[in-house]
Amino acid sequence: MERIQERDARFLETESRLRELLVLGLGGDSTAYHSFLKALSAHLRAYFRKRLFQRPDEVEDLVQETLLAVHNQRHTYRSEQPLTAWVHAIARYKLVDMLRARSSREALTDPLDDEVEVFARSDTDAADAQRDLGKLLDTLPDKQRLPIVHVKVEGLSVVEAAKLTGMSESAIKIGVHRGMKTLAARIRGIT
Amino acid sequence: MKTDELISLLATSAQPVPAHAVGRRFAIALGVGLPAATVLMLVTLGLRPDLADAASALAFWMKLAFAACLALAGLVATERLSRPGVQVGFAWVGMAAPVLALWLAAATALLGAAPEQRLVLVLGDTWAHCPFNIAMLSVPLFAATFWCMKDLAPTRLALAGASSGLLAGALSALVYALHCPESAAPFLGVWYVLGIAIPTLAGALLGPRILRW
Repeated sequence: MERIQERDARFLETESRLRELLVLGLGGDSTAYHSFLKALSAHLRAYFRKRLFQRPDEVEDLVQETLLAVHNQRHTYRSEQPLTAWVHAIARYKLVDMLRARSSREALTDPLDDEVEVFARSDTDAADAQRDLGKLLDTLPDKQRLPIVHVKVEGLSVVEAAKLTGMSESAIKIGVHRGMKTLAARIRGIT
Repeated sequence: MKTDELISLLATSAQPVPAHAVGRRFAIALGVGLPAATVLMLVTLGLRPDLADAASALAFWMKLAFAACLALAGLVATERLSRPGVQVGFAWVGMAAPVLALWLAAATALLGAAPEQRLVLVLGDTWAHCPFNIAMLSVPLFAATFWCMKDLAPTRLALAGASSGLLAGALSALVYALHCPESAAPFLGVWYVLGIAIPTLAGALLGPRILRW
């Protein structure tokens, strides 16, 4: 009984701390947002590791994918909602989606299938298993990739990145925003 | 790319999120979709010529109220389904209630009518066009609600699609009611409900394909 209470207390502590960081982050505080994502990634890792114990190499892929989803859809969070419910629904959605995609992929490589199909697929399957977001980033169009690379690699501000690339500040912001969406879509294989 | 690098990337590129981003998205979608459906109705079907007379009858307003209540409940449910971890809750009741009330009114009207009048009450004059016209007018609304959901984060895709379709269908019925000369509850209970069911079903089927994120 005491252990349960202790666990509940720790859960509530995490919930309120993370929620505070996210709300600050949604307001534009990038330090708080960074701490939020950092703490969240650890929780996600533990969550996926527990559920994917047979495929440890896919845990990190899913963590990254979920972080990207949380980031891209962060406008759907409302501060009065329990953060746990929101995050859990996203993580579960990503987990189920991955398992479903995998089972249909495995169905394609079924030995009864067309042989050509097997050879055509083996390469991309290996790449899928440990996806490299850096490489995916390279496939984005320049007007999305450059803003992301400059803001990220050199840690430039929007103003500096705009000067360097000759793009307008709003083009940099839009490029980063759209780039993130494209990145998420590429992961899903939608585009 | 390491997860830590991704986190830094996401944190540095994060712009402040405007408050009520979801509500704003819905407002834009319906603000475009509803006028588009109305224009489509005016161009292809036209207002009913006796609209001014009809507007003095209670039945006309009951018809509008049915569609409006259903649309409102559909909006609430769709908005909730667009956000992860939010329960739909009483919006289910809100969606069922207008339909049940209409069917109750239809049953009462049928029981009170002479046997040879019953088929006339159900079929009216326009039964063959009604569901298709409602489905046709729902197309711009359907595109609008799906465009809206595409930017949000539904986790139950078939339900979210069905709910978006129902919202589009109910609003379409509201627009169609300005053209349609029928007002008997048995007619509405069959053909309006069928017309709304078409985009709802289309949404349930398309949701898992289109709304993935």
